[in-house]
Amino acid sequence: MLKDITLGQYFPGDTLVHRLDPRTKLVMTILYIVVLFLAKGPISYLAVFLFLAISIGVSRIRLKTILSGLKPILILILITAILNLLYNRGETVLLRFWRITITLEGVFTALTMALRIVMLIAGTLLLTYTTSPLQLTDGLEQLLNPLKKIHVPVHELSMMMSIALRFIPTLIEETDKIMNAQKARGAEFDTGNLIQKAKAMLPLLVPLFISAFRRADELATAMESRCYHGGEGRTKLKVLTMERRDWITLIVGLLMLALVIALRRLGL
Amino acid sequence: MNIIRTEKLDFEYDAESGRGLVLKELDLEIEEGSFVAILGHNGSGKSTLAKHMNAILLPTGGKVFVSGMDTSDEERLLEIRRTVGMVFQNPDNQIVANVVEDDVAFGPENIGIPTAEIRTRVDEALKAVGMYEYRNHAPHLLSGGQKQRVAIAGIIAMRPRCIVLDEPTAMLDPSGRREVLDTVHRLNRENGITVVLITHHMDECIDADRLIVMADGAIIADGSPREVFPQVELLRDTGMDVPATVGLAWELRKAGYDMPLDALSAEECAEALYRVFG
Repeated sequence: MLKDITLGQYFPGDTLVHRLDPRTKLVMTILYIVVLFLAKGPISYLAVFLFLAISIGVSRIRLKTILSGLKPILILILITAILNLLYNRGETVLLRFWRITITLEGVFTALTMALRIVMLIAGTLLLTYTTSPLQLTDGLEQLLNPLKKIHVPVHELSMMMSIALRFIPTLIEETDKIMNAQKARGAEFDTGNLIQKAKAMLPLLVPLFISAFRRADELATAMESRCYHGGEGRTKLKVLTMERRDWITLIVGLLMLALVIALRRLGL
Repeated sequence: MNIIRTEKLDFEYDAESGRGLVLKELDLEIEEGSFVAILGHNGSGKSTLAKHMNAILLPTGGKVFVSGMDTSDEERLLEIRRTVGMVFQNPDNQIVANVVEDDVAFGPENIGIPTAEIRTRVDEALKAVGMYEYRNHAPHLLSGGQKQRVAIAGIIAMRPRCIVLDEPTAMLDPSGRREVLDTVHRLNRENGITVVLITHHMDECIDADRLIVMADGAIIADGSPREVFPQVELLRDTGMDVPATVGLAWELRKAGYDMPLDALSAEECAEALYRVFG
């Protein structure tokens, strides 16, 4: 049952968005978020929305997939919208009853806030849907490389991240095995109230942790005997290369930023 | 020529615990290009010895040399480890990457091989273990035997002169065991790589050039399998068994039949039986 969990939520494909260098995609995502928060008027929002829609279209990720990815944050969006609706003190009163006043400005802010969150999440979802976790860590390592100068252990961090990703399926399989072993000895995992359920997890977690530590120890020995000695002097089988499409994409991103700043000046 | 040599090798894990030496004054030379099996039951010190062969453990007394390099010389650590590669028991705990070919590339990446050459080495190594078609697979979806072959490819890609395998088949099913052993024998035969196979399965030692039996941190028998296995009493005294073929011949000899004790394979044993009883 645990094997059904989808991890990283990567949907392999061969579209332009998939083929972009992970660094390009990371930078574009950051640019996109900046642009989204700079956007003020309806025209700016429309421009950003069009950009998002085109990207999703090119990536061939189905709209349904994006929408289902948005589902977990539905409550957050609703709460944000309602709070903005209630607490915005505007001039044009639309409705007033008991102690609640709803203004036109309030409705407008609520809608823009909700739209902003939806677009923010949809944009970042597009990144994780079209980039494998390994590519992401690789890209992140390359992007953060300059930080090595101020002694940030960039290589070590990305190595830890990719090993963590590598061991997720192994540990899930192990959890499954331990669960079955405990069930065979009469443990119950899905009955009782919340506290009982939490207590039932204990005989699962203790062996899982012990085995994870043992695995880590063995893995470290195996890595050492394969000459691992940190990032120094290390080469790579797959080197990330910036192609023409990457530079073009980045230029599009910068133009987008310039456009939204200009629109902001004009109050649109 | 020797690839590995130990001189009066002593080792204890924790000097203060007083548990005594795990390895005692061990003298051993391993010939380059040979296939050596080291047999012993749990606690005999065989895994500890293996870990000395590529400087994962350093001797508390005596010396270990890998192709002339002292393993306690930290300057040459990487050179020692790329000369003698090591494969461990649990394939899951030695695979580093999410994709088979990335994992095989891990060793060459660490020793700074240029990108284009890593590619050729990875392809070569995967072909040598018969896992080339699986190069883009996720390791956790492979069978135990396949995973272990990927681990072996990861070592071969560093082009070592010797591979030490520490109970590589202990967690595998019979067909996985066969796959791994066939691969290791082929590497020894065709690529001339020295193989040191640590095991507690008698059957895996039959085809070795040389068999070393360990008990309580010392070597108690050393020679070709045909010389070692007939020493049935010595082996049984240390809690070990002999291959079923030798066991049968031993019982028959006790009953007064003239069975040879060095008929190790099932075929040889059958022929001997045929001669004795036919």
